[in-house]
Amino acid sequence: MDMDKNLDTYQEFVKGIWRDNPVFVQVLGMCPMLAVTNSAVNALVMGGATLFVLMGSSFLVAALKQWIPKQVRISLYIIIIATFVTVADYSLLAMLPGVHKELGAFIPLIVANCMILGRQEAFASRHGIRFAVMDAAGMSLGFVLALFSLGSIREILGNGSLFNIPLFGETFEPWVIMILPPGGFITLGLILLFFNWVAARKKAFLEQVAQAERESL
Amino acid sequence: MNELVWIFVSALLINNFVLAYFLGLCPFLGVSGRLETSFRLGLATTFVLIVTALCAWFLNTYILIHAPYLRLICFIVVIASTVQFIEMAIKKLSPALFKALGIFLPLITTNCAILGLAIFATNRGYNLVEGLIFALGAGAGFTLAMVLMAGLREETELSDVPALMQGTALNLIIAGILSMAFMGFAGLFSST
Repeated sequence: MDMDKNLDTYQEFVKGIWRDNPVFVQVLGMCPMLAVTNSAVNALVMGGATLFVLMGSSFLVAALKQWIPKQVRISLYIIIIATFVTVADYSLLAMLPGVHKELGAFIPLIVANCMILGRQEAFASRHGIRFAVMDAAGMSLGFVLALFSLGSIREILGNGSLFNIPLFGETFEPWVIMILPPGGFITLGLILLFFNWVAARKKAFLEQVAQAERESL
Repeated sequence: MNELVWIFVSALLINNFVLAYFLGLCPFLGVSGRLETSFRLGLATTFVLIVTALCAWFLNTYILIHAPYLRLICFIVVIASTVQFIEMAIKKLSPALFKALGIFLPLITTNCAILGLAIFATNRGYNLVEGLIFALGAGAGFTLAMVLMAGLREETELSDVPALMQGTALNLIIAGILSMAFMGFAGLFSST
């Protein structure tokens, strides 16, 4: 693979976690993101299932890419993804029936997560297996991180607990709205606002440095 | 009869696909910039939802009882190809309608609201009529949410929004407030 020469395994892994975070930076995969993050446990299980599906399908797509005709590639990616999602769905049903019931239709809906299809089209189908898997691992960890931060914020404020362990004692009045749908929208909106703010600060800082350099010359 | 009305109103207002189930957020956040486009996208989605309900019922009744583990793969493949076929048919039969729905049709197939509808209808064991009413309600609810959002976004374009807030952050917060308003419908049926 010629184009893989100037790729660095570590870089491909790390970029998904922060710089190209699928949720906070690329704003992909919003549906599962908001629907299942009303508690930290649900968010983690959802993240784990997505990690499994993304890594599995990236591996398979990268391994099979010579044999996938260009015209029908999207349909084939979807079938591969759907297969892994079915495996994840049935495994969760067997291992964690309680959480599976709570997540309900949203486990099968991982198929429609545009982030997963996006990685196949944009990365796995163009690179070797090693980089495809590293990229998938980084992207899914970034996704898990996003799910977990949203899920824990919503659980702490909406239920006064984290992983079902009460944090604040008897006097805390839970903000019920946070675990209801509007809380999901508003919390994610505020997190994106924070990311915008960080990006703007960074830009201003870099400009200041550039300005200082110009003056010192 | 009462049951059918309940299914419709529930999908339209109380359990609105976008604002309560978070399904179909990509077009909701991505394409809701203009009122006109949003309305057309809503219509096209409703149409695909109804086709989906038909497909899902057919698959569930005749094929998937023999192999339930193939459900997801079957749904995706059958729905996507049916929509493609219908798109070709519309293009041939009614160019005007094709122009109105046109570009959106293939995109909608990958919208999670479509698959969500098929899965919800299966999990709840709806029959054909119930499934169709559910699809109609969900489509109308999606259109309603899209149109409301587009209207609000057209308004925010005229107002002076801080630079940091612009874009998705603002849209999400607007959606949150809209969703809060829709929660008010939750009491609609509890008294009866």
